[in-house]
Amino acid sequence: MRFLMSCTMLLLAGPVLLAEPVFAETIFVSNEKDNQIAVVDGDSLQIKNKIKVGRRPRGITLSADGTQLYVCVGDDNRIDVVDIASGKVVHTLPSGPDPELFVLSPDGRKLYVANENDNMVTVIDVADRKAIGNIQVGVEPEGMGISPDGKILVNTSETTNMAHFIDTEKHTVIGNVLVDSRPRVARFTDDGKQVWVSSEIGGTVSVIDPAALKVIKKIRFEVRGVRREAIQAVGIQMTKDGKRAFVALGPANRIAEIDTDSFEVKRYFLVGQRVWNLAFSPDEKRLYTTNGISNDLSVIDLERNKVIKSIPVGGAPWGIVVKP
Amino acid sequence: MLIGYLARQEDPRTPLSFLEPVATDEGLQGARLALADNNTTGQFLNQSYRLVEQALPQDGDISAGVKALAEEGVRFVVADLPADALLAAADRPEAKSMLLFNARATDDALRNEQCRANILHTAPSRRMLADALAQYLAWKKWTRWSLLVGRDPGDALYAEAVRRAAKRFGGRIVDEKSWTFDTGNRRTDTGVTTIQSDIPLATQGPDYDVLIVADEAGDFGDYLDGRTWYPRPVAGTQGLTSTAWSRVNEQWGGTQLQSRFEKLAGRWMTPRDYAAWLAVRSIGEAAARTNATSFDDLTAYLHSPDFELAGFKGEALSFRAWNGQMRQPILIAGPRMLVSVSPQEGFLHPVTPLDTLGDDAPESKCRLNR
Repeated sequence: MRFLMSCTMLLLAGPVLLAEPVFAETIFVSNEKDNQIAVVDGDSLQIKNKIKVGRRPRGITLSADGTQLYVCVGDDNRIDVVDIASGKVVHTLPSGPDPELFVLSPDGRKLYVANENDNMVTVIDVADRKAIGNIQVGVEPEGMGISPDGKILVNTSETTNMAHFIDTEKHTVIGNVLVDSRPRVARFTDDGKQVWVSSEIGGTVSVIDPAALKVIKKIRFEVRGVRREAIQAVGIQMTKDGKRAFVALGPANRIAEIDTDSFEVKRYFLVGQRVWNLAFSPDEKRLYTTNGISNDLSVIDLERNKVIKSIPVGGAPWGIVVKP
Repeated sequence: MLIGYLARQEDPRTPLSFLEPVATDEGLQGARLALADNNTTGQFLNQSYRLVEQALPQDGDISAGVKALAEEGVRFVVADLPADALLAAADRPEAKSMLLFNARATDDALRNEQCRANILHTAPSRRMLADALAQYLAWKKWTRWSLLVGRDPGDALYAEAVRRAAKRFGGRIVDEKSWTFDTGNRRTDTGVTTIQSDIPLATQGPDYDVLIVADEAGDFGDYLDGRTWYPRPVAGTQGLTSTAWSRVNEQWGGTQLQSRFEKLAGRWMTPRDYAAWLAVRSIGEAAARTNATSFDDLTAYLHSPDFELAGFKGEALSFRAWNGQMRQPILIAGPRMLVSVSPQEGFLHPVTPLDTLGDDAPESKCRLNR
């Protein structure tokens, strides 16, 4: 009886889904251990391809025109540029030693790269494939965020425990804000009025007013049954309307949803193990997360507030980007 | 800001294995690296740090060293000293207005009966090391231990910590032996022949799951693996070791610390270097967080529950209020690979699992008058 019912439901639901191709996106996941980018089809949630890149791929982002992927391959001290159509590395960019994370300027012309090994941020001209500048920052630069107008770059340094604010024209540090231990990710809100910085060891998110260079709010997390030390904030994403933020909590195996008005945590989603990063589907109905210890990608349905699937993607998934 | 570094010259440590260098600057290089890290951060805060290195001759008078540092105006001192010299330094009148960081001595007495209010310990205690290993062995269900103890007084203390850990975590010591052979120089023309026949003799006895060796100076422990009477693993001070730091750790951003250190020192970072790094970084962290430079403010902050240090071991490190010991995860390291990290999953604690390693508040015999 139950079997029959589900068949009928499928028949009814089928044409509706077909008429409206909601999840046509492609998801790219950097697998730190496999030296591969897993390509997942957003429709079928199946792996379509695995692209071989350099050693220890972590940071990953799309080119401005959406035809290429930039991938930090730290152990090879460079950035691989992947042509999405052919699924191949077509050239490389000189990044300086051990690149981990980077951010593309809003005009798509420059990549700002954090070099973990020598306290530096390297600026790369993407078209010329050349490094055009270095900025000295704190110990172990990691997170990179850029203001919507491209004028201010924020870099976090993991051992100095600061967010460094950098003038992108002059390539100079114009301010420093102390945050909790081991800051990882920096993200501007779309209106440019706040910068959110996550701290892995501190287990918090600091919300910074970039004009005043002050922390205006520190968001803390508490998950019942999870010890405080396991709550390690890393990846941050915000919806386009600016109302909701999602933060990956590492070995707590949770994603926190935060109301950006009240800075209150609304709910926690249980995902795979050691979740570092996350990305929305283009319609923001789904959130995808990379889980480095369980080697999978969790899919959260944000309409039903439910984790609906986990997809094995390969060894130690780290970074993630979604192409519409 | 001035940070003192107090040490006495020693004969260089000569490891049995030729793969390891003979280090003459252990500890000191860790302090120098942390000083550079503090100064990189300090440039954004208008803080700068200077290391005042006070290396006394081998038979040098500790009190003269403390006095010299006090005269320079130093109040934070990293002590790379064995237990007796550390206590001699801490009990000097000048040291009453100093804070010493024990970056060397693992003695449990320093965390208990012999504890001092003006000492914080960044080196782990022997009990922490033994508990970390015992938890891992319990997880492996290797519960029958045979204990082989060297001749140094430290080896006996290490063995004591192992016996205590066995009781705490369900190990059973099925046999206990003392090492009585003379291994002599590491470089001999046919040395391997004698060792090959000595070791089976030394390890014969009731069957066990794991041979635990107590040889802190590294006089013979590295000879054991592959030569024991039974085909069983070796753990303890050699073989599968429990340690505060090892070259095999590159987790949690450890790659960066290892490569910065190697660039500076031209060799691998040892646990002694790591303890000195933690000490100097603790001072830098306290100064950055409080934006203060006064001794009293910084000392209060270091002792407070707000203090947290990231030490490349996946969680924040802090000081135990009851004895000044830095709580920290302990690596379980093989000679070439990281095997595990303790505390192990499942060993529970009402406050933090880190306090399942070493002396917890209720069992501590330290009574501090601060």
